Amino acid sequence: MNYLKNMNKTTRSNMVTYLMVIVAFVIVQGMIATGSISSSLKGQLVPICAYVVMAISLNLTVGILGELSLGHAGFMSAGAFSGVVAAQCFSQNIDNPVIVLILAMIVGGIVAAIVGVLVGVPVLRLSGDYLAIVTLAFGEIIKGIVMNLYVGLDAAGLHFCMIKNTLEMDGGKMLINGPMGLIGVPRIATFVMGFVLVMVCLFVIFNLVNSKSGRAIMALRDNKIAAQSVGINVTSYKLMAFVISAAMAGMAGVLFATNFSTVVASKFDINTSILVLVFVVLGGLGSMRGSIIAATVLTVLPEMLREFSEYRMLVYAIVLIVMMIATNNATVKNALDGFARKFSFKKKSEKGENANG
Amino acid sequence: MAKMVPIPSTGLLTERDLGKAPILEATHLGIEFGGLKAVDDFNITVGRTEIAGLIGPNGAGKTTVFNLLTKVYQPTHGTILLDGKDTHGMNAIQVNKAGIARTFQNIRLFNSLTVEENVKLGLHNHTNYSTLEGILRMPKYWQEEKRAHERALELLSIFDMQDLADHKAGSLPYGAQRRLEIVRALATEPKLLLLDEPAAGMNPSETAELMENIRKIRDTFQIAILLIEHDMQLVMNICEGIAVLNYGKIIAKGTPEEIQANPQVIEAYLGKKKED
Repeated sequence: MNYLKNMNKTTRSNMVTYLMVIVAFVIVQGMIATGSISSSLKGQLVPICAYVVMAISLNLTVGILGELSLGHAGFMSAGAFSGVVAAQCFSQNIDNPVIVLILAMIVGGIVAAIVGVLVGVPVLRLSGDYLAIVTLAFGEIIKGIVMNLYVGLDAAGLHFCMIKNTLEMDGGKMLINGPMGLIGVPRIATFVMGFVLVMVCLFVIFNLVNSKSGRAIMALRDNKIAAQSVGINVTSYKLMAFVISAAMAGMAGVLFATNFSTVVASKFDINTSILVLVFVVLGGLGSMRGSIIAATVLTVLPEMLREFSEYRMLVYAIVLIVMMIATNNATVKNALDGFARKFSFKKKSEKGENANG
Repeated sequence: MAKMVPIPSTGLLTERDLGKAPILEATHLGIEFGGLKAVDDFNITVGRTEIAGLIGPNGAGKTTVFNLLTKVYQPTHGTILLDGKDTHGMNAIQVNKAGIARTFQNIRLFNSLTVEENVKLGLHNHTNYSTLEGILRMPKYWQEEKRAHERALELLSIFDMQDLADHKAGSLPYGAQRRLEIVRALATEPKLLLLDEPAAGMNPSETAELMENIRKIRDTFQIAILLIEHDMQLVMNICEGIAVLNYGKIIAKGTPEEIQANPQVIEAYLGKKKED
């Protein structure tokens, strides 16, 4: 109790977020065990985890660093394709799918981080709208490269070629078949692994934000000139946030891709980038908890709206607008605040000062 | 008031600092924007523990001088010796590490962060743990963060602001924001502190308190302070040496008494007396 009391506001808020994710996980696991979960929702569990990781990693760039990036799906793509190729290679020697997935995620994360550095070094010299436009272009370039990539695996090892399939393989199998994308993907992603990835990414982001590096990143967002005047290296911290964000997107890509047997490169286009940005903006810039909730709700929503058949996207748009208005409406906010205050006052008077909310 | 002694090349030094090498020696400093010479042939010497003033009418180039010293702009002419070391080729970050810290005329705080976090950002380069140690919460992280926390509160106590540590910097009243900027600059452990209009927007009693605090900072930290200010009472009261700038050029240098009596300075501020 004393420990709880000594924790500051940020730490407590972070604990609430961890707890929220754990509780959601336990509830869903319970539903799976009792069989009370619908099959469509069950199929969405892994994509939800992947989108949650995408949202919190983009929030690091947009909310914490304060730079608008419209190419986040590009990093997801780089991670997904390299990760799945790695998974195919590893699975020849390793039987345990969990270990294969972890190794694939590490490879996907590293490749996405490298792409992040390559994109980040030129792009981060810009800021604001210019940066957004250039990241958008880079996202499309990554998609274009992956769409023209042919990768095969045979006894001699990996074979690569671009534009036209000129692989001279001795038997073996195609892993990436140009515009057809990834084929024959091992479906090794599980909800448990998705949950673990979400927790790891949350841990990294929260601990980063509450360290000197995180403070430096937020300082850049608030005032770049002042940050320089106290000796903070603008370029390196900008790049750090961008690359960590890219690596997480890469891992999310591996998780996402290994949930399906085929994945095409055009899945990771500007629409996906914007979708993730919508999660971040709707959840609140800089708020990880908001991103998680928004990503979950907005991933489940289209499935739940299936009964509206062709009007589905229309209803989705309306719900989106209503959510935006409601969360920014002063009356609604005041009502919620008042409710929260009442609640916390009750709790305090019941349990005494030690409870501390 | 310390006696000022003229020294060769660039100006004056207080008697107290005579034996020691000056902290700042700028010679023939200048910058041109296109054809406009914003600052031209600027020479100044600041002693180790001197409180020096830089005054002049609006648009004289005072803030530009600060921007040259802190390398927000790269000077096109002249040299800056900081503690005997040429800062040529350094950028704003390296100059800060070498020992110059500043505040801004239009306050530049990290508004969405707390007061304590603002000061901790000043301590950034004196907090020694890596990003990885921070993410994994190694013992070094806790140790260094604790040290930074204690140091931040200690620095805030100069201005009696330790109780405001958890407030957002942007929510502070104007005077407190100015003081926080000074604390943040001090946290970087400078040898020379540049204050750009520290008393702007303060009432007379706040200004009087600020004067006391500027002296206190000099005495406690044994650093040099160079300040730009329009409040003549403050300047004449606490500055030991004063340089007057007009149209990018120094028109007078000396002790407060000399400056007050200088006809050129009076002309720059009030205009020429009409001949009848």
